[in-house]
Amino acid sequence: MSTIGTGYDLSVTTFSPDGRVFQIEYATKAVDNSGTVIGVRCKDGVVLGVEKLISSKMLLEGSNRRIHAINRHAGMALAGLAADGRQIVTRARTEAANYLSFYGEDVPIKELSNRVAHYSHLCTLYWWLRPFGSSSIIGGYDMDGPQLYTIDPSGVAYRYYGAAIGKGRQAAKTEIEKLRLAQMTCREGVMAVAKIIYGVHDEAKDKSFELEMSWVCDESNREHQRIPTDLLMEAKAMARDAQEDDLDAF
Amino acid sequence: MEPMAGEWTSAAHSMGTTIMAVEYNGGVILGADSRTTTGVYVANRASDKITQLTDNVYLCRSGSAADTQVVSDYVRYFLNQHTIQLGREATVKTAATLVKELAYQNKSFLQAGMIVAGWDKYDGGSVYAVPLGGTLLRLPFATGGSGSSYLYGFLDQAWRPQMSKDEAERFVVKSIALAIARDGASGGVVRTVTVNEHGVERNFFAGDKLPLFHEEIPPGRNSLLA
Repeated sequence: MSTIGTGYDLSVTTFSPDGRVFQIEYATKAVDNSGTVIGVRCKDGVVLGVEKLISSKMLLEGSNRRIHAINRHAGMALAGLAADGRQIVTRARTEAANYLSFYGEDVPIKELSNRVAHYSHLCTLYWWLRPFGSSSIIGGYDMDGPQLYTIDPSGVAYRYYGAAIGKGRQAAKTEIEKLRLAQMTCREGVMAVAKIIYGVHDEAKDKSFELEMSWVCDESNREHQRIPTDLLMEAKAMARDAQEDDLDAF
Repeated sequence: MEPMAGEWTSAAHSMGTTIMAVEYNGGVILGADSRTTTGVYVANRASDKITQLTDNVYLCRSGSAADTQVVSDYVRYFLNQHTIQLGREATVKTAATLVKELAYQNKSFLQAGMIVAGWDKYDGGSVYAVPLGGTLLRLPFATGGSGSSYLYGFLDQAWRPQMSKDEAERFVVKSIALAIARDGASGGVVRTVTVNEHGVERNFFAGDKLPLFHEEIPPGRNSLLA
């Protein structure tokens, strides 16, 4: 497949001769193999979307949530190992609560992302811990406007206009780059995200999937919430039609 | 026989004090007297009881001089780090919350009545009172110290929202002067600090610049000098 770091990949506290830490790269592979997660920052808010691959028909729809609320005005969508992701969400919630308690106001999204990144990085410094096999996309709305960040297993936080992680990320990024995000409202963003996720889903390789979306925007009163059911239905329908149109055009 | 050294040589430095802060149309004005006492001895007749916490947030101190100095030093330190980490100036609310946290968690050790006031771009001018015990209360105007008792009635009647800068400053100076006239533990000069989006301005009103009230003798030539 890709590179193998023979001998230098046994511990996260070992560098390879060309300056790489292979354990972190392997952790990132766990993220790359999971369902696609997208975030876009529109002019009035942030939209998050997840391609939740369903492993069994027996799973209850709506269970195994991939998008979590951190506090009123920030949410987090996860890719990679679910249990690792759960740990990161718990930590983010604690950090946000502590900040509010100590400083008297909601944690700025930049600060929240830095703290989550700091925590992820911590687990790459000790041989008796393994890195998190999980990346997160944080979408939030604070005093400085809507913001979007990703945090990967190496413990780095990047701020984005549009971001994608998981197996369909390359195709998703291409589609996101075509969007004119600075002019879009979140309503339009919801449609676009749904369309992209349906587009990058590989029917051949993966079985069915469930689309999970959330937003935090002016329309939601700057609170992070799941997309209202009727809007979600509309987005799914439009995305499905768009897929059929593409097939017909072929 | 009387002892050589009076009780005042060993008493703790207290700021009898009158302090206040008001919101006006565009910012805040903080005001204070300048008397620090140890017992009945005036240890400092020109103290500065308005302390800077950040570029845009100031603190009025009353109660124990030592306690309030230590609290303000800690809060200045935390806010400095916080500003660097956040990448923008701290809000008045954050500064006030930190002051409150110290005051509340150490309530059994401290005797500190403080007023936090300043300007930030999110909330404009804000005034927060942190009295003994560590309550945090946002108010359009606040007053504290021993002299404040004489001001409550006056302020209830005379304060109006959205005053202009000059109006508000005159209001603060008049209030402090009224308290100085009646409270023995307040005196000296009146210092004011104005904080708004354009920055900070300090003012100083010596005794002869203060308004006179009922039966107060004007400075300069008067019957006492004859």
